Amino acid sequence: MSDNTATETLKTPLHALHVALGARMVPFAGYDMPVQYPTGIIAEHTHTRSAAGLFDVSHMGQGWLVGPDHETTARALETLVPADIVSLQPGQQRYTQLLNDDGGCIDDLMVSRSALPDTEGRLFLIVNAARKAVDFAHLRARLPANVKVDERPERALLALQGPKAADVLERLLPGVAGLSFMTGRPFKITLSGRTSGVYVTRSGYTGEDGFEVSVANEDAPGLWTALIDQGEVKPIGLGARDSLRLEAGLCLYGHELDETISPVEAALTWSIQKRRRAEGGFPGAARIQKELAEGPSRIRVGIRPDGRAPARDGTEIAGDDGRAIGIITSGGFGPTVGGPVAMGFVPPAFKAPGTALTLTVRGKPIAARVAALPFVPNGYKR
Amino acid sequence: MSVYFTKDHEWISVEGDSATVGITAFAQEQLGDVVFVELPEVGKSLDKGAEAAVVESVKAASEVYAPVSGEVVEVNSALEGEPGKVNEDAEGAGWFIRLKLADKSQLDGLMDEAGYKKFVEEQH
Repeated sequence: MSDNTATETLKTPLHALHVALGARMVPFAGYDMPVQYPTGIIAEHTHTRSAAGLFDVSHMGQGWLVGPDHETTARALETLVPADIVSLQPGQQRYTQLLNDDGGCIDDLMVSRSALPDTEGRLFLIVNAARKAVDFAHLRARLPANVKVDERPERALLALQGPKAADVLERLLPGVAGLSFMTGRPFKITLSGRTSGVYVTRSGYTGEDGFEVSVANEDAPGLWTALIDQGEVKPIGLGARDSLRLEAGLCLYGHELDETISPVEAALTWSIQKRRRAEGGFPGAARIQKELAEGPSRIRVGIRPDGRAPARDGTEIAGDDGRAIGIITSGGFGPTVGGPVAMGFVPPAFKAPGTALTLTVRGKPIAARVAALPFVPNGYKR
Repeated sequence: MSVYFTKDHEWISVEGDSATVGITAFAQEQLGDVVFVELPEVGKSLDKGAEAAVVESVKAASEVYAPVSGEVVEVNSALEGEPGKVNEDAEGAGWFIRLKLADKSQLDGLMDEAGYKKFVEEQH
């Protein structure tokens, strides 16, 4: 079969290495990506929780906002996100959301203030693969003329996650172990006689300690191979990336976040710092400040189904009287928990951990309970 | 004893009018780690093509259809506690259900092992 109108599937610079490792490749956000390697999702998940897992997340969008000074660039971005960007210290990273005018989420993203004085006025952004075109168009349309959007498609992104990540990466990039959680800075690395600049942040999407390394596309295969050659490291696909972030209680765009869901509803109020809550000045501030004051009509919670049957995305949630009250947005099997785990939205009256819920799975009622997030304690190095 | 295979990647081992049904080694490989198996109740009558069981991997749920009509006379309840048996031994200890065959002539349309092997190679 051929369809000339179909857009070509994109490949990351590590594609051939995934195939050589025996990965099962699947289409994801326009890219042909590894969903799992031969050992399987549970082994990959468990390895990341106990040692170190290496992820190719080069499909994600990277870019810099470039303005004349930190204050100007940060104030400009603050008109589009609810986080306090102005107070970021050099090298500090913060999680936030691009909001639409109704206070819904266009995307969620990571924002880092440049660590070095010679790049003062720059903010480094990492956004979701499936949203990068929308995000960068939105930023270009809404930011003032003195803040430029410099998209960096020529950069790959590797994530090394797990309790051994710092020991491993310190061998290749001396000094990284000194970074604290949610900070970053540039490093130089020499592999096969070739020196390249990388930008490392201590962050990730697994609930474990770990790092994300931005590297030029042409240098990515060398860095990947050098990391895989470390004894503690195994490659991890998108399947385990999803089960790890679900156990860590982290939102996935398109599931826990979309253009109708506000950060307050998504239980991300912690990511809206005090000054912004009081001052507003971001899109949808009226709705979000009202939700902060009066409570939202729905809120994201963790859910533990009884028994072993996973309750998937789209499963209806009822209260113990059988009345429908909400919907599951992510659900599956948590390998570290050893049973099914899920997240979904319920009215705030049902948000307390332990609250009894009924899920309808394949037409049958399954008892479940609201559970505190994360399901697995995180290993961040603060 | 004869073993038959379906295009839905199930195997059926027949002895007299008793048929043991499971998913093939190829199918478990494609599914990945099995985390839950939902089995029918003993005594249930299944028509050929009806949903007989559900097998869930970490990523997704898949239905298993009755390859032939019959009454469920036994289910592999060991899978409730150890769904990973499907990955370890799909065509042995990882069996799903035992059926009392309603119509042995339905076996005629199924593949033998060589035919199934050829089918899988052609599909992939």
